[in-house]
Amino acid sequence: MELQDTAEEAEYRARLRAWIAEHLPQELVGLGTRTGRLPLLRQWSRALSDAGYVGLTWPAEYGGGGGRYALEGIILEELARADAPQHLGTIGLGMAGPTIMVHGTGEQKAAHLQRILQAEEIWCQGFSEPGAGSDLASVRTRAELRGDVFLVNGQKVWSSYAHLADWCILVTLSDPDAARYRGLTYLLVDMHSPGVEVRPLRQMTGDADFNEIFFTDVEVPAANVLGEVGGGWQVAMTTLLHERATLGFALTGLLDSGIRRLLALAAANRDAAEPWLAQIAHEWIQLQALKLTAHRSLGQLDRTGMPGPEGSVIKLAWSESSQRMTKLARQLLGETAVLDDGIWNYQQLRSRGNTIEAGTSEILRNIVAERVLQLPRSR
Amino acid sequence: MDFRFSEEQDELRQQARAFLDRRLPAAALGQMADSEPGWDPSTWQEIAELGWLGVSTAEELGGAGLGYLEEAILIEEFGRRLYSGPYLASVGLALPAIPQGQLGELAMGRVRWSLCDSETLRLVPNLMDVDQVVVVERDQVYSVPAAGQPLTSIDATRRMGRLELGPDRELLATGAEAAELALRLRRRKLSALALEAVGLAQQVLEWGVEHARAREQFEKKIGSYQAVSHPLVNSFVEIELARSLAYWAAWLLAGGHEDQLAAPAAYAAAAEAAVNTCERVIQVHGGMGFTWDSPLHRYYKRSLWIQHFGGPPDLHRTQVARQLMLSSEAGPPASQSAPGLRTIARTTR
Repeated sequence: MELQDTAEEAEYRARLRAWIAEHLPQELVGLGTRTGRLPLLRQWSRALSDAGYVGLTWPAEYGGGGGRYALEGIILEELARADAPQHLGTIGLGMAGPTIMVHGTGEQKAAHLQRILQAEEIWCQGFSEPGAGSDLASVRTRAELRGDVFLVNGQKVWSSYAHLADWCILVTLSDPDAARYRGLTYLLVDMHSPGVEVRPLRQMTGDADFNEIFFTDVEVPAANVLGEVGGGWQVAMTTLLHERATLGFALTGLLDSGIRRLLALAAANRDAAEPWLAQIAHEWIQLQALKLTAHRSLGQLDRTGMPGPEGSVIKLAWSESSQRMTKLARQLLGETAVLDDGIWNYQQLRSRGNTIEAGTSEILRNIVAERVLQLPRSR
Repeated sequence: MDFRFSEEQDELRQQARAFLDRRLPAAALGQMADSEPGWDPSTWQEIAELGWLGVSTAEELGGAGLGYLEEAILIEEFGRRLYSGPYLASVGLALPAIPQGQLGELAMGRVRWSLCDSETLRLVPNLMDVDQVVVVERDQVYSVPAAGQPLTSIDATRRMGRLELGPDRELLATGAEAAELALRLRRRKLSALALEAVGLAQQVLEWGVEHARAREQFEKKIGSYQAVSHPLVNSFVEIELARSLAYWAAWLLAGGHEDQLAAPAAYAAAAEAAVNTCERVIQVHGGMGFTWDSPLHRYYKRSLWIQHFGGPPDLHRTQVARQLMLSSEAGPPASQSAPGLRTIARTTR
């Protein structure tokens, strides 16, 4: 057990910190997961890739850093410390890429992996639908085989980055007569294809971080099926597992900058903070616990190459912490809390999405109950 | 960073578990707790022979020459089985104050220790089971022979007594040295209580899960109802987070790192996780969970004992918050410090 950076890690962290200080444009500081300032954000993502701070967890054979999860953790921590925005290619790097590595053909790997790594392809995720939120097996977006193309028709929602994306990982219904879970097919869809329409979806904050995607007679080559026709469920599960793999570090990073703000707010408003000190510390303690647990879960990744269920635990606890922290901060603001400060008011609203996105808390509790505690299925 | 225990450390945990399964099966717990003296003193010599009373004591003094991380593993495992002998008292609480020359006697199982850090009431865990007591006062730390009145503890597996101070005392530290030692004892106490809480909470959660898997009502296993499974998941989450904190605090102590936040943080999280888990699992067991025959009330009582012996978690959190607000590391760079009142309302984004 060694709960501090090794010499190599410490040096890596120091170099990275200096690099961020030199390269991070001031305009991007504090952007969080929002996707404003697009040209700058693209430049920043490219710069991170060029400097080698992307894809550390990817195997070396695909141009990655060879599964160095600890360094990936450091990168996410340091980016959060600097309040830097997320890499635009986060869905390609964290979800599409790893899924293509597991299920992709040689051609698919050659076509996409390198380009994802170099931030040349931005990906989005087409899983959720108006009628299929947590219940992925009930997707209705149809894919009908016509010769050597699938004709795709349907609608997806809650897709981050779709307005910028070149490609989409799309879960479709290819066989409506098949037993549940067996009629799904996972497609790699070129977002520049005719018939793809992206509409921003405005959420309660007033921002549009997410999109709706409409597919009308979109032709997708049959060669773009990932895995087997009818095997989309298994492929999608790989994606979701990876979604929560290094998510822990990204999430604790976001919470870290929030907690630092909260402490600064408390230090500047001592009288207002006095009744809330225990709760303030509780959130700081929760953050330390989440960070430590993210590191603890790396043991599993290192051993098996597959993420363990800890990701679900961290996501669950993080989302609730994020909501409590925001409410707490607004208690400290006193009567000015009725005015929009652009920070805590935004967070108050945005954090309501935290227990819904990337697996609702209810679904995550089911996952932990069934896969970790081995309790009988609830449905 | 590397969170893994070494192979030897994992083996030690297995050994401890095997020993406790053999010598203190859960089924015998109640009978032991309700008897006199509330524990089996013959286990003490076995623990000494296994080397567990001299884990961190230097080899030339009769110990194993290991460290607090190994002791932490044992404290957690002993907590898992509610061991009622004075292991937490001797190793978890008193050890850093015991003079070097007397560590060998402890290691051999000849002298048992406890700690008195309660200045007015002089409450001492296992007072009637130990020989010596380390007494912590504002400006001095000394040891005295154990003597005094037995008291009725809320936890029959952790008996208490009120120390009576005789004329016979050995001074261990004074002035700044005493203050420094007192601080170390306090960190260690909170860390040890956190580990014990994690151990007992884990055991209780496992029983809760076992019951929810087996028990059927309305022709279904009750664990398939989310109203039953989700509280168990909440406990799993709380225990995992508390475990990370408890190992972190233990690692910091083992390595002699300066830190005043980790131990109270771990204690607050673990003590609450233990109490919450006991309460949830009692509920999951329904009427059975409320009976005297169930081991659950023993665990519940220990969790409550921990939560009070270490002091109210919120009090520790308040102190943690005060330290955080003082430390400059906590604040973001000046350009991003706390938002003030904006004069221009933002209407669009």
